[in-house]
Amino acid sequence: MTTTLYTSDHEWLAIEGDVATVGITDYAQSQLGDVVFVELPKIGRTLKKAEAAAVVESVKAASDVYAPISGDVLETNEALAAEPALVNSDAQGKAWFFKIKIADKSELGGLMDEAAYKAHTA
Amino acid sequence: MPARDDKDSLKRTPLYDLHVSLGGKMVPFAGYDMPVQYPAGVLKEHLHTRSQAGLFDVSHMGQIALRPKSGKVEDAARALERLVPQDIVAIAPGRQRYAQFTNADGGILDDLMVANFGDHLFLVVNAACKAEDEAHLRANLSDDCIIDSLADRALIALQGPKAETALAKLCAAAPAMKFMDAGPHEVAGLACFVSRSGYTGEDGFEISVPAGDAERLAKTLLENPDVMPIGLGARDSLRLEAGLCLYGHDIDTATTPVEAALEWSVQKSRRTGGARAGGFPGAEKILAHFDNGASRRRVGLRTEGRAPVREGALLFADSAGGAPIGKVTSGGFGPSLNAPVAMGYVPASLSALDTKLFAEVRGQFLPLTVAAMPFVKNTYKR
Repeated sequence: MTTTLYTSDHEWLAIEGDVATVGITDYAQSQLGDVVFVELPKIGRTLKKAEAAAVVESVKAASDVYAPISGDVLETNEALAAEPALVNSDAQGKAWFFKIKIADKSELGGLMDEAAYKAHTA
Repeated sequence: MPARDDKDSLKRTPLYDLHVSLGGKMVPFAGYDMPVQYPAGVLKEHLHTRSQAGLFDVSHMGQIALRPKSGKVEDAARALERLVPQDIVAIAPGRQRYAQFTNADGGILDDLMVANFGDHLFLVVNAACKAEDEAHLRANLSDDCIIDSLADRALIALQGPKAETALAKLCAAAPAMKFMDAGPHEVAGLACFVSRSGYTGEDGFEISVPAGDAERLAKTLLENPDVMPIGLGARDSLRLEAGLCLYGHDIDTATTPVEAALEWSVQKSRRTGGARAGGFPGAEKILAHFDNGASRRRVGLRTEGRAPVREGALLFADSAGGAPIGKVTSGGFGPSLNAPVAMGYVPASLSALDTKLFAEVRGQFLPLTVAAMPFVKNTYKR
């Protein structure tokens, strides 16, 4: 059973057990425009909530992606190195950024469900 | 003048309503509310301009007529030579030349285009500098010239390999024009000034049109399926690939034309030993840079990886860091090259092609190579 949660910084988290898959939302990619480069965190890195974890670059500008929760990076999406445009075509599917081992489940309490996120971007 | 972010104080070009109706994403730029992109996005707009044709609203730029009080255009040309290191006298009627206003320290106040329209000179200057440029012209040339600010005109650029056929339908004179030809021509029956020039590295035209007719002309051009509206985002990536300077970034009051690698734009007649050598602001320093070389130079930079190196990134000679040797002044992703491109200033000793350098990006030192510009071969019709 997967639960999807959202941050006010336009990231999504698919929660499965104690692992969260993290990416940026379709709304975020539409605001960024054509993505040409994604820098992902190193596997094994311990992320603290709210620290810069990844960078997504469009033709025009670079934007930080912040760690939505704390935890160790388990896996990163190598497909984004070869095809950054996946972020534009499938932001909430194939273009996931990294998987993180959830360090503190209480941090999930501060995130939004889909209805709340829709209201946030309306 | 710095761009103001207060939406209410932003000026609008005569094409503002058209931008909004085309879905343009409007952003503040040089005091104007301008489209940074349309729904197609920067990448598609950029590639469309290189393969078909793009239409750009550059009405925020300043258009100025310099009318000689004597009635002789040579007198306006001689007067303007007091402010720029270019040979203006030699610009033949119907021709245009790239120039810079310099200051007493040899720095660049603005870069501009100067055209000879037979009985007067026609200048196009940068939006952010136009008030200062006009004041500068009035303060220095008023004895010889009437400085006529053409604020009631819009400026539309049509760029790309299909620009000629698109414009030929509306302007019979267009196909015969060569790169940097410029003059009054009728376009769609309107009294326009047309030059075969631009800011993309592509063949193309810039069309000055009365403000009240601008929307009709833009819409007529956009009816052609080859022509797509292009925002400031792609304008920047196109000019960067073409190796062209952006004022306030790659050139400014602290860079001389020699440091900026713009020697080609200063004719021999204004250099040491020339018929009208010197006689422009900062001549002593600029001519010394010509004669003895400058200690730093603007160069093109290519990266090995796909991470863009952007404006402000510090440059190093060594992967271990140490003291920075220079700085990136423009950088981003080049859609036609499908790779990052940048330009910046480095010491003359490190400016040779293929010199290996490093740029600091987010704490890492990324390898770069000094590379020839333009990065994308230009297609001007000479």
